Amino acid sequence: MKEQLNSIENQAMNEASSADSIKGLEELRIKYLGKKGELTAILKQMGKLSAEERPVIGQLANQIRQDIENAISSKMTALKAKEKEIKMAAEAIDITLPGKKPETGKLHPLKIVENEIKEIFLGMGFSVADGPEVEYDYYNFEALNLPPDHPARDTQDTFYITDNILLRTQTSSVQVHVMENQKPPIRIISPGCVYRSDAVDATHSPLFHQVEGLVVDKGITMADLKGTLETLMKKLYGNDCKIRLRPHHFPFTEPSAEVDVMCFNCHGEGCRICKGEGYIELLGAGMVHPKVLEGCGIDSSVYSGFAFGLGLERIVMRRYNISDMRLLFENDMRFLEQF
Amino acid sequence: MDLSMKWINDYVDLNDIDIKAFCHGMTMSGSKVEGYTPEGADISKVVVGKILEKKQHENADALFVCQVDAGLENNIQIVTNAKNVKEGDLVPVALDGAVLPEGKIKKGKLRGVESFGMFCGLETLGLTEHDFPYADPEGVFVIEEDCKIGEDIHSAIGLDDTSVEFEITSNRPDCLSVTGLAREASSTFGKELKIKEPEFKGIDGDINGILKVDIENKEKCRRYCAGIVKNVKIAPSPRWLRERLRASGIRPINNFVDITNYVMLEYGQPMHAFDLRYVKDQHIIVRNAKSGEKITTLDGEERELSEEMLVIADSEKPVAVAGVMGGEYSGIMDDTVDVVFESAYFEPVQVRRTSKKLGLRSDASARYEKGVDPYISMTCLKRAFELVEQLGAGEPVKTVIDNDCFDSHELKTVDFSAEWINNFLGTDIAEEDMIKYLNSLGFEVKDSKVISPSFRIDIEYKADVAEEIARIYGYNNIPSTQFKGVAEAEYTPAQKFTRNIENAMTSIGCYEISTFSFISPKYFDKIMLPADSKLRKTETITNPLGEDTSVMRTTILPSMLEILSKNYNNRNEAVKLFEIGKEYIPTEPDKLPEEPLRLAIGMYGNDIDFYDIKGAAEKLMQILRINDCEYIRASDSDAFDEKSAFHPGRSAVVVKDGKAIGILGEMHPDTAENYGIGTKVYAAKFNIDDMLALAETEVNYKPLPKFPATTRDLSLICGDELPAGDIEKAIRKAAGKLLEKVTLFDVYKGKQIEDGKKSISYSISMRSHDGTLTDEQADNVMKKVLKELKNIGAELRK
Repeated sequence: MKEQLNSIENQAMNEASSADSIKGLEELRIKYLGKKGELTAILKQMGKLSAEERPVIGQLANQIRQDIENAISSKMTALKAKEKEIKMAAEAIDITLPGKKPETGKLHPLKIVENEIKEIFLGMGFSVADGPEVEYDYYNFEALNLPPDHPARDTQDTFYITDNILLRTQTSSVQVHVMENQKPPIRIISPGCVYRSDAVDATHSPLFHQVEGLVVDKGITMADLKGTLETLMKKLYGNDCKIRLRPHHFPFTEPSAEVDVMCFNCHGEGCRICKGEGYIELLGAGMVHPKVLEGCGIDSSVYSGFAFGLGLERIVMRRYNISDMRLLFENDMRFLEQF
Repeated sequence: MDLSMKWINDYVDLNDIDIKAFCHGMTMSGSKVEGYTPEGADISKVVVGKILEKKQHENADALFVCQVDAGLENNIQIVTNAKNVKEGDLVPVALDGAVLPEGKIKKGKLRGVESFGMFCGLETLGLTEHDFPYADPEGVFVIEEDCKIGEDIHSAIGLDDTSVEFEITSNRPDCLSVTGLAREASSTFGKELKIKEPEFKGIDGDINGILKVDIENKEKCRRYCAGIVKNVKIAPSPRWLRERLRASGIRPINNFVDITNYVMLEYGQPMHAFDLRYVKDQHIIVRNAKSGEKITTLDGEERELSEEMLVIADSEKPVAVAGVMGGEYSGIMDDTVDVVFESAYFEPVQVRRTSKKLGLRSDASARYEKGVDPYISMTCLKRAFELVEQLGAGEPVKTVIDNDCFDSHELKTVDFSAEWINNFLGTDIAEEDMIKYLNSLGFEVKDSKVISPSFRIDIEYKADVAEEIARIYGYNNIPSTQFKGVAEAEYTPAQKFTRNIENAMTSIGCYEISTFSFISPKYFDKIMLPADSKLRKTETITNPLGEDTSVMRTTILPSMLEILSKNYNNRNEAVKLFEIGKEYIPTEPDKLPEEPLRLAIGMYGNDIDFYDIKGAAEKLMQILRINDCEYIRASDSDAFDEKSAFHPGRSAVVVKDGKAIGILGEMHPDTAENYGIGTKVYAAKFNIDDMLALAETEVNYKPLPKFPATTRDLSLICGDELPAGDIEKAIRKAAGKLLEKVTLFDVYKGKQIEDGKKSISYSISMRSHDGTLTDEQADNVMKKVLKELKNIGAELRK
């Protein structure tokens, strides 16, 4: 009987290890371990054994049953894993086929950069102010120290609605509205459209966008202006960005400066893009002229401030290497998709 | 302002500063350099040659063969067609390999005879007869200068100056002069400034016996200095003077005209010279023009004057428009004997207005209108006389007329405080350095006051003085600091709302556009606005670039349609766009318009129909929390005049709480045709302000349902004309509180459905918060619903 058991074990083990399907393995289990299985059949003959032999054979039989069960079970695990593997392999798809994209749009590049600038300044404690585009002469010129017959008016070819109403040529007009309505401390930026009668070409447009900035408080210095602009430029162009201030003249600031940013292409060495200068002109800035402060009812002996105005198109064109400003206003879908 | 580098070196020694460093330094201290041009930069290997022999070419009647000493080891042979040269002449010789503006010169054969170069005429060298009046403008330039054989042409004829172009800002008219820029250079580079007071000898004589000057308008002409030069010899100016004018961009004419230009360039004071013969009664009157009075100016144009203009007149007629241009009649001629020099101060606004009204600008008016040094008139008259004597051009009469209407020649002062300036700039500049900078620019500092030199008319405030110090100290030496104080900032609700719309629109699949806010009035016709529409009343630009950009838009819709049309014409198959922009709605005369913010949406493409634009609007409203909007036929609403642009059967006005907030739909086929769009095109316009007012700002959480929902499907049959909106309304009304959701899932017309009817199917979901609905409860609701539906003509489909 012992031999019979051993022979069953050998046979079962062999068959289990060579089984190649889950179904075959299941049959194997029934064949050996089922109620009518071979091992069961043998165990039924246990009664014929002597009292001494019975526990020995019993133990052996249980041992063999356990071994066969283990063998079948581990083979089962292996076969299942293999089956899954085959199924997965069959399910493989061409992952290089295009995906199903949810349809979304994009903001205009001018808005992308405008929003970025707004966020930078919000973070610095500036609010965003709005002002009229169709404006009184007073706000666009006179209150900004550009009285009638001022020669600097010539440089801003103005669209007029009436003698006294015009399309603002600069967002600086918002400065005056803000200072008339708000006491210092003042920290605002004001993005918006401005208008000048320039014919459309690659670098000119009769309508373009500026972002004005204004800070008025006690003890505001020109060094603060420099620091603020440096922060802006570093946030826009990266930490290694450098700026350079050149003396200039704007009637509504004194001192006035034109602000150049280090050429992105040559990093100050001088190249074709910056015309050998190493720097590119980016914006105008200065300390708010005492006459402008006083005109808005702010005591210039107590308060000082700075203001700056940057052209959005110039920054956008530089950032995306757009060489023709007209593209921004043509709004061709193939252009809009790129940003 | 073009500056001759040779000239500025008379006043400040810049020889050890290279031109690039000069340009950079000047720019960084506030005199912006646009660029510089070395004269004759495009000429090389051209030397002075002497013609030793000139013989007729054997094979050509029009050619000559010359042997030339060009300072080389051997004489060279040059074939020329020039008739105006002879043996012994000095001429510019372009050697083999020479570069000229018109190209390279190479040796070659002319009719079988070798030629090793070319003789140059004035034009070949980029010059004119004004530069060398003695030269034949047609032939080869026969040089009459003091020069050596073989000498480079640049130095031989003074073509070795460098012209630097400055962009001078309107506040610094003093820098429209060589002395002004010299002063800036002296301060910038720390060099000594050498300007001396002019002196002349003059001849005896009483000016009052020769000339009388009366100023009638003392407000506009503050000072008028005049002097006489007798026995003048009109001739070309000497070479050095011509060279300087040329480098300054001014054409030499004759010695007297050149002297007036020279003094203007040197001091920034316009001068005028005229022939005493033509000053009737030898009486100059500075007065306002008479209405209709005419003058032919030096440029040959006859100009009609008006009363507010100031003229220099004799006892009969105007001889010059004050500060703008002289009259042709009294100009300097070759036979002029006695010359009157004028050096005056005219009020800037006066000159500016006259020049603008006449459409006539001159170097003089450009300076006067910005403001010349008010007290320099006499110095400049003297300088002109000094030059006349230096040139041997005539005899100035020693006594001069100085009609000075200024109360005094007091100089302007501004308080000076080094501490204030440092606090203002954020710097720590020593007071003595500040004073040094100011002195170098011509300011005096005395008793805590800065005294401005008379030419600095722009200094009025402490801030002006601070700028002077800052720019010489160097803007880039000012530290960078962060200003103090804390401020909290956030978007206003309106700004946040607009940002939400931007985000919503892109998430809906639309691309943002940016358009011009001025349009053509013809656009109103393109969208077929009624002739009496209020939208046709616009803010109109009086000086537009063209009709296309002449009125401020009162509706944003045409801007969107233009861009859709452009995209269609560029063969973009499908586009979905939006714009957030202003409209400009006139209010009262002489008042500013309102500038409400609008949203425009536009789309076309194969798969796009009315329900796409409506769906976009619905999604937008959902995102913005503008709930329960109604959509009514645009033709039934007068809220938007733009409805004329839409298909009457396929457009809707969006209404929330009785307020029309937008219009949307398919464009009228005529509109599409007007825009050249050959496919169905859809657009919408929304009033952002109204949307903001109607949007829910508070969000309240509703508890998640504890009990399951019961759903009943309902297939109805009704007249085709019954709007689904009415059916849904009826369902909602009848179902009451237990209703959770009504979803339309099918609309069917055709087979099995009677003509003129449609089948329409809804899924109705009901739920109670108190317990699971029983079938009985649900059936009761459905009974009520069916009853209500019957009332509007919809019945259960059998």
